[in-house]
Amino acid sequence: MRIKRSMARRAVAALGVLALAGSLAACGDSGDDSASGAKPDKLTGVGPITLATGKDTTGTLNEILAEWNKAHPDQKVTLTELPEDADQQRQQMVQNAQTKSDAYTILNLDVVWTSEFAANGWVEQLPENEFAMDKYLAPVVKTAKYFNKLYAAPYASDGALLYYRTDLLKQAGVAKPPTTWDEMKADCAKVLKLPAGKGMSCYGGQLDKYEGLTVNFSEAVDSAGGEVVGSDGKPNVNTPEAKKGLDFLVDGVKDKTIPKDALTWKEEETRRGFESGKVVFARNWPYIYALMANKKDAGNKVAGKYNVAPIPGLSGPGKGTLGGHNLAISKFAKNKKTALDFIKWFTSEKNEKTWLTKNSQAPVYGSLYDDPALQKQFPYLSTLKQSIEKAEPRPAIVNYGDATAAIEEQAYAAISGSKSSAQALKDLQTNLTKITSKDK
Amino acid sequence: MTSLPPAGASTPLAGALAADATRAATGLPVKRTRRAGASPWAYAGITVIVIYCLAPFYWMVVSALRRPDDQFSNQAFPWPISLANFESAFKPSNGFGRALLNSLVVAGLTTILTLVIGITAAYVLARLEFRFKNVILAAIIATSMFPGISLLVPLLKLFVSIHWINTFQAMILPSMSFALPLAVFNLTAFFKQMPFALEEAAQIDGASPMQAFRKVILPLAAPGVFTTAILTFIAAWNEFIIALSVTNKQDMRTAPVITSLFTGQYGYDQPFGTQMAAGVVVTIPLVILVLFFQRRIVEGLTSGGVK
Amino acid sequence: MTTAVQAPTPPAKAVGPMRQDRRRGVGRFAALLLSPTVLVLALVIGYPIVSALRLSFQVTHQGINPTTGMVENTSHVGLANYAGIFSGDSASQFWNAFWNTTTFTVAGVAIETVIGVAMALIMHKAFRGRGIVRASVLVPWAIPTAISGLLWKWIFQSDGIANTVLHTHVLWTTEGFHAWGAVLIADVWKTAPFIGLLALAGLQVIPGEVYEAAKVDGSGPWRTFFRITLPLARPALVVAVLFRMLDALRMFDLPFVLIGAHKHSVETLSTFAWYEASNLRYGTAAAYSTVLFLYIAVVAFVFVKVLGADLIGRGVEGKKK
Repeated sequence: MRIKRSMARRAVAALGVLALAGSLAACGDSGDDSASGAKPDKLTGVGPITLATGKDTTGTLNEILAEWNKAHPDQKVTLTELPEDADQQRQQMVQNAQTKSDAYTILNLDVVWTSEFAANGWVEQLPENEFAMDKYLAPVVKTAKYFNKLYAAPYASDGALLYYRTDLLKQAGVAKPPTTWDEMKADCAKVLKLPAGKGMSCYGGQLDKYEGLTVNFSEAVDSAGGEVVGSDGKPNVNTPEAKKGLDFLVDGVKDKTIPKDALTWKEEETRRGFESGKVVFARNWPYIYALMANKKDAGNKVAGKYNVAPIPGLSGPGKGTLGGHNLAISKFAKNKKTALDFIKWFTSEKNEKTWLTKNSQAPVYGSLYDDPALQKQFPYLSTLKQSIEKAEPRPAIVNYGDATAAIEEQAYAAISGSKSSAQALKDLQTNLTKITSKDK
Repeated sequence: MTSLPPAGASTPLAGALAADATRAATGLPVKRTRRAGASPWAYAGITVIVIYCLAPFYWMVVSALRRPDDQFSNQAFPWPISLANFESAFKPSNGFGRALLNSLVVAGLTTILTLVIGITAAYVLARLEFRFKNVILAAIIATSMFPGISLLVPLLKLFVSIHWINTFQAMILPSMSFALPLAVFNLTAFFKQMPFALEEAAQIDGASPMQAFRKVILPLAAPGVFTTAILTFIAAWNEFIIALSVTNKQDMRTAPVITSLFTGQYGYDQPFGTQMAAGVVVTIPLVILVLFFQRRIVEGLTSGGVK
Repeated sequence: MTTAVQAPTPPAKAVGPMRQDRRRGVGRFAALLLSPTVLVLALVIGYPIVSALRLSFQVTHQGINPTTGMVENTSHVGLANYAGIFSGDSASQFWNAFWNTTTFTVAGVAIETVIGVAMALIMHKAFRGRGIVRASVLVPWAIPTAISGLLWKWIFQSDGIANTVLHTHVLWTTEGFHAWGAVLIADVWKTAPFIGLLALAGLQVIPGEVYEAAKVDGSGPWRTFFRITLPLARPALVVAVLFRMLDALRMFDLPFVLIGAHKHSVETLSTFAWYEASNLRYGTAAAYSTVLFLYIAVVAFVFVKVLGADLIGRGVEGKKK
């Protein structure tokens, strides 16, 4: 006996069976929660809380939490570990908000998520007067604000640095690191003529099609005097300046200044490319500085042979893009007073110093960068401070996911040569306008 | 009797079928010679298959055994060998041992429940005639047609509202429902192949329908039951996104979830070596377990079967 | 050919003369025994599907309050989520994902079936050390997809072992056909054992006598395979291939882990629906999921029709000559 009856009839009936369960679905989801007015709600409730964050392997986090828990036995903080992958972290936190669960009290948000979480009413507004706003580096504060209100406490920063090979530049007779792209190319050409520079490329960054490309693209555009999104919140990327910025990357790949491999590079691949001597210059975050000094592995050819400088630009030092994390309080959590107290304590200057010394995490307080003892331990600190102070945050767009996807799309098309840079920027302007006009 | 099979399916053949199936299931070395098993071609095929299956896995093992400093080496053999990746996978703060235990509980219970429910359903669908049978079959398979990832948020809302977060059932039930359609269809296919005459003969001999099923049909279907068990167990063992979303306490998390929480030694460092070590650790016991149970389960199923 | 192939019985007819009187009782008995399965599926899958269906008709317009910056959504019931499939920017992405889903399934399942059946035939042979072979076949299937995705990502890196072994310099994880190929290779590797194991189980219930009879008849190996082995193992094989198809059409984590999120060369309908949901467009995500659901239903129907799969009728059909 083969199947005889019409599948359609059966499918309808099948759906009927499902509908049996479907009556359950009636208690479905509601719309959004429109959030409150201008003043932050009073954060109340004292008791145990959780901190949702990716794991910290060094143990520093556990030490700091233990210290708090010892002092506050009835307001203990429990760690809720999230996956290592940033997208998955965000997904878990969004799900937490979607289900209005009180499982996560404090959220460790990437700086680019602030607007989205604030606008959707998933995180509480924080009282500015309880934080030392004037002590933070100014651009860092911007990443924690949305519509000029504070929604998160700055906790970790990050800025772009240009890593360069001191040994090779010296051999090539270059006295100081380049400040413009042209200088960099010229210096590089000299290095490549050396026997030691054989087979090397000039420059590498994060050009794989992922968030890092948005960072690198924005940096290139900003460093050429352009902007991705203007100060009025409107996209403004179809400009001659932006084109010069994008062309730095496009031409670089074309003339092999940037190795083709860089189209698969994220942070770690860039580090390895630099370490193994594939490139003379590399754009990366500060975390690799100490790493490359200590590494004993066979692939590392650069220990003791590199230094950092501000990233170059079109006609002078460039503008980096800000990275980092902020701490926010979930709207749906309990014991928000404790959460606020904890955040204030956790992001205090003293703890930020611990994070710097133990985890090389870039602090959010300007003063720590100027501490001579710390500068001795972390020689890149003053360069990093310059980088962060000049840096532009990535556009504060509620639909950030769409915006970054649009940027990645067009930047990748231009860099991989499937679109001219002019066309890519034109399309990007159209797409970004559509995305931000939803923001109204 | 009208219920007798048509000509050609004589009882001796059915008996032979039963005996042979039992043998195949138990892996007893009876009648191994029935085909020229050991031709050079067969061995060539065996070699190709083993290499095909194991070469990428070999790379996984090798990557796990490298020193973290040699992680990016393409050397075919890791030297010096290091267990550093395994050590960091099993670091006490990771709770990986506990996670393996959780995985075992979740996957084990899922498999048992899926088999019990699935066998019942499959037997009914294979043996009984009733209305809406086709509708039920279509509905069961239809549940395998919706993208799993889109089930996540509604399911999560449900589990939050009934306070099932951080419970085993919140992981077991979804895994069961993912495994059930295949289990039911596969087992139905097997039960249908079993000669009805055998069962009937047993009933004539005084066995209850239940006994007849247990002692005659189940042993015959052993290869199918066992395969279903393996596939269910592995699928449940590897389930990730639900297990991640319905737990937020470390001691309730399963091995794949814990693996995803591993981080490198510093920001942006993908803990590849540790993850590969974790992969080896979750895979090898699984394979050993399956091979071990292959004997046990199948023996259990076939004991008291057709002699 | 011998008559032996006709062996197993059509049990559906076997309920016998008592059918009339028993029918209602049987129905009730069947309902009782089926209820656990139906209940579990209804709760865990039926309920989410229905709520997704509902969501797919809920059209949401995002608005942002110009003074507070808060998202204020308005929604109504309509078909706009489905309309996006046919027009606008999302249409090309949708059809690209649709195409990838289809090509991954067709190419993947075809190759997997061939490899899987070959695996089953070899494992079914009697030889020393077949435990090792069975264990090694299990390995690809047993490695969690997320981890095997990472493994393949490693293999396909620009300076990875794939390029070293092949003496190439392909940037596998960049957009392009090679990315599609990389996913296909990893998918076939992982899932061919699934078909292999199910097919093996199908082979194991074929009586040895059938082969002996075929041998006596002087049937060659190919003829034996196509006229005896394949028809007899068909019920198990059809289930295996059908379920592989259902899975392949919903392929999600492999492209995601191996190549990356939202890379068009490997974007499938599942990853596209996920992408929409992760950007909080739950309505369109639900609509795409529903379309995928319908697409899979049609494919499954056609498959069952074309292969005449005996999923519902009796098991083995006698080979008619």
